[in-house]
Amino acid sequence: MKNGPIGGKMELQEGVKALRIDMPATQMDTTTPEAAVERPQPIFDIENVNFYYGDKQALKSINVEIAEKKATAFIGPSGCGKTTLLRCLNRMNDLILNTRVTGSIQLDGKNIYDPSTDIIQLRRRVGMIFQKWNPFPKSIYENVVYGLRIVGVNKRSTLDEVVEKSLRRAALWDEVKDNLHKSAAEMSGGQQQRLCIARALAVEPEVILMDEPCSALDPISTAKIEELIHELKDTFTIVIVTHNMQQAARVSDYTAFFYLGELIEFGETGKLFTAPEKRQTEDYITGRFG
Amino acid sequence: MADVENIQNKVARNKRFDGIFAIIGLLATLVGMITLAALILDLATNGLSRLSPHFFTSFPSRFPAQAGILSAWVGTCFVMIVTALTAVPMGIAAGVYLEEYAPKNWLTALIEINIANLAGVPSIVYGLMALGLFVYQLKLGQSILSAGLTLALLILPIVIVATRESIRAVPSSMREAAYALGATKWQTTRDHVLPYSMGGILTGIIIALSRAIGETAPLITIGALTFIAFLPDSPFKAEFPFISFEWLWSPFTVLPIQMFNWVSRPQQEFHLNAAATGLVLMVMTLAMNGIAIYFRYRFRKRIKW
Repeated sequence: MKNGPIGGKMELQEGVKALRIDMPATQMDTTTPEAAVERPQPIFDIENVNFYYGDKQALKSINVEIAEKKATAFIGPSGCGKTTLLRCLNRMNDLILNTRVTGSIQLDGKNIYDPSTDIIQLRRRVGMIFQKWNPFPKSIYENVVYGLRIVGVNKRSTLDEVVEKSLRRAALWDEVKDNLHKSAAEMSGGQQQRLCIARALAVEPEVILMDEPCSALDPISTAKIEELIHELKDTFTIVIVTHNMQQAARVSDYTAFFYLGELIEFGETGKLFTAPEKRQTEDYITGRFG
Repeated sequence: MADVENIQNKVARNKRFDGIFAIIGLLATLVGMITLAALILDLATNGLSRLSPHFFTSFPSRFPAQAGILSAWVGTCFVMIVTALTAVPMGIAAGVYLEEYAPKNWLTALIEINIANLAGVPSIVYGLMALGLFVYQLKLGQSILSAGLTLALLILPIVIVATRESIRAVPSSMREAAYALGATKWQTTRDHVLPYSMGGILTGIIIALSRAIGETAPLITIGALTFIAFLPDSPFKAEFPFISFEWLWSPFTVLPIQMFNWVSRPQQEFHLNAAATGLVLMVMTLAMNGIAIYFRYRFRKRIKW
């Protein structure tokens, strides 16, 4: 962070305050110690996960639970393993050669790294938004319906419905409804990223993983996507990796702080940003390092 | 001050080098261009007078003025059809497999090196192998089928390499996007990887076919005829089942062999026939390249990144 530690902290606290107003009542009352906190049902249970790129260990015995229909943010300096963990959740890391994972990641009580897991099914339940928007070089319409076409849904009326519903959910419908057959590449960066969100929503996943979805976007596009995340977390579980701590404070209910492949601290976003338990967390969120 | 002068001198020298390189580059380009132009001009002045409808519809003859290239161009077309139908699907399939499916280990690395080397094997070696394998071992005879398969083997490495290069140019973010939606490897390849790389693959295919169309040595090795006065059996029939594959077993000749045959005769008139044949061959090759450019343009226009 460019501004000094004091300025950074003030901004953060403003962000947290703003967030608290939006928070549901159950979370507002969480002044009591952890035991009394009413934890929502976890959808992901990550147990003792280690991850290796060749000989290099990128994640060191990570234990964390991801709450259902909440937004969880992974923060930490570059190379801390937050993206690696995110990509474990839909087994995207399988595509990278020479990687190895140990431990278990349970989705609704079933280990997704079990040999019997159907990766196709898993990825349809756990969608993903990437750092750099990656629409297919096809029309807006074809981008949104691709996830349906690959399972054999080709009925025009169904596809039309899904396109409208998904684009509305991604807050893009009004901007593109007259140009659905135009190439996706002709849209602005922010629109392309929202198109990617619509494309992921079209297959009705339960979880949406977002890997720094705004890191290459201007502030207005970023604000739109953050607003979207707020709306989406009523229906979907959201896990977001971000470098932007204000963003984590604004959009997430829970935050996990990673450093050098370890999970340093995990807790409710409001608490983690205002009263972190660990020294490293405090140093990072106040901009003293990272 | 001395420093400034020094730098100015250096800049001036760099500029001189720039100019010198531009001239060398231009000369190098011109050598190629002029040679090609001279070649075409030479073929045209000699051969153009012989190009007439009659030249395309006549069989070879011992009278130069009556000789034509009917059996040669028909043979070339048939052989190229066999070559394209075998080399293209096999080459693309192999390229896709190596790039998208094959595990990356010492075995695939070895295969990779071998394919690169195969592209450099002299064509006569392919001819010898084909003579042993297709003609004698598999008893396909000295036929269009043998010739087409021989040339297919010859250009297979080119198609594979071109496919792999084009596939590698597809951004991995496209694959990730498809996989993240639950697409299988095959769906990702069919819907994204192949369509986005088709322009490059087609260019590679046409370059490979352009090479095959001019090959002479391997076809002579497997026993192509140099004088042939009949056409292969027609693939289309008037009666059921309307289509016939008898032509695959027919003896054949091709344009470059016909050309070679005429060049090696003492009579000057036959040399004119050879020049005219060369012109036809060249136009066919250029036309194929033109098609490649058109396809590349079409595919690039359709895909907007």
